[in-house]
Amino acid sequence: MTRFIELLRRELRLALRQGSDSMMVVGFFVLAVILFPFGIGPEPGILARVAPGLVWVNALLAAMLSLDRLYQGDYEDGSLELLILTPAPLEVLVAAKVTAHWLTTGLPLMAASPLLAVFLNLDATDLGVLLLTLAVGTPTLSLIGSVGAALVLGARRGGVLISLLVLPLFIPILIFAVGAVDAASHGFPWTGQLAILGAILLGAVPLGLYASAAALKHAAE
Amino acid sequence: MSLFAAENLTCVRGGRAVFARLSFSLEPGTALFLLGPNGSGKSSLLRMLAGLLRPISGRLTWAGQPISDDPEAHGARLHYVGHHDAVKPVLTVAETLHFWARLHGGDSESRVQQAMDRFAIKRLADVPGRLLSAGQKRRVNLARLIAAPAPLWLLDEPSVALDKASVKALEAAMAQHRAEGGLVIVSTHAEIDLPEATILRLDEFAAPSQVAA
Repeated sequence: MTRFIELLRRELRLALRQGSDSMMVVGFFVLAVILFPFGIGPEPGILARVAPGLVWVNALLAAMLSLDRLYQGDYEDGSLELLILTPAPLEVLVAAKVTAHWLTTGLPLMAASPLLAVFLNLDATDLGVLLLTLAVGTPTLSLIGSVGAALVLGARRGGVLISLLVLPLFIPILIFAVGAVDAASHGFPWTGQLAILGAILLGAVPLGLYASAAALKHAAE
Repeated sequence: MSLFAAENLTCVRGGRAVFARLSFSLEPGTALFLLGPNGSGKSSLLRMLAGLLRPISGRLTWAGQPISDDPEAHGARLHYVGHHDAVKPVLTVAETLHFWARLHGGDSESRVQQAMDRFAIKRLADVPGRLLSAGQKRRVNLARLIAAPAPLWLLDEPSVALDKASVKALEAAMAQHRAEGGLVIVSTHAEIDLPEATILRLDEFAAPSQVAA
């Protein structure tokens, strides 16, 4: 546990000092969502109808942006080998990386969403549900993304390859997250979809940690 | 019984056998010098001894126990210095050393200070990694050896980029480590003074060409 905290502190410190990455992700997210009212017209009814999908698709794409750097820096400067050789399971390192990734991308994306809800004419209850789906769904994005990032280590053009590997796996999250907000906006119960998102997250925790660790060990050989 | 032993190690990289049937055994306080031309497998052997690379056959034992039984315990007892220095551009020298020392389970301020003294990097303590020269980065990497104690040192070309004074500091550190019962395994092309070290010539274990992968 102390190793987890130590690794998390290092990741956050690196993220804070290298700055920009997390701001760029949020900037991309906000700009990309704002493009849609220009593209499909400012009709409030249409925007409110497509808003949950827009926010979620762009959140997925924004989360992808920072994934290829997740392990790449440590891989290139030799830190990864040393991290593998520390007397702790590699899963602890992965857990710290994923937590740091979520804190520097998932959380800022959530923070930016209320602003976008205003642009897209999403009402307050729907925004509440949207934020809940983001809270449960974005950690899963970081976990699945971590597996992709570990798998493409050492490959050329890894960033594109990660998208191809990981985006299809994000589809179930997209379906149930948008489904929950849609249901809420039509006055139907939406807790079922949220529970499924929660279940996906719980399943992704052990799978994501284990698979990332295995991929990292392979990359270091 | 020897402390650290290798039996019949064979290494295959990219379908090509690099070395075969390599064995050695080391007692506490001894050192092993790996010599051989480029491509003879010095780095691969060190990575294998660290547990990063799996031997295709043969086994490694520590005090009689195969290291593959408990890779984390093996990680706890070794320091590996490879080709890269693992120095982050935005972390200071002191932060880097404290981080690695804590991950190795022992962060005592006095040991980190001692490590910085040993490799003369104390005045760089608050300097971020991006401002360090290649030799200074290497010294930070080597200072990890002192900052957290571990009995087995695996050093791959440790003297690259070092000036003469730093090589002397490294030799002194290795001598003290051996006096305390530690093991040192070094590969190098340069002159490093390592008294009474066993010499292992990797070209003598070169595998006959075209062994099946």
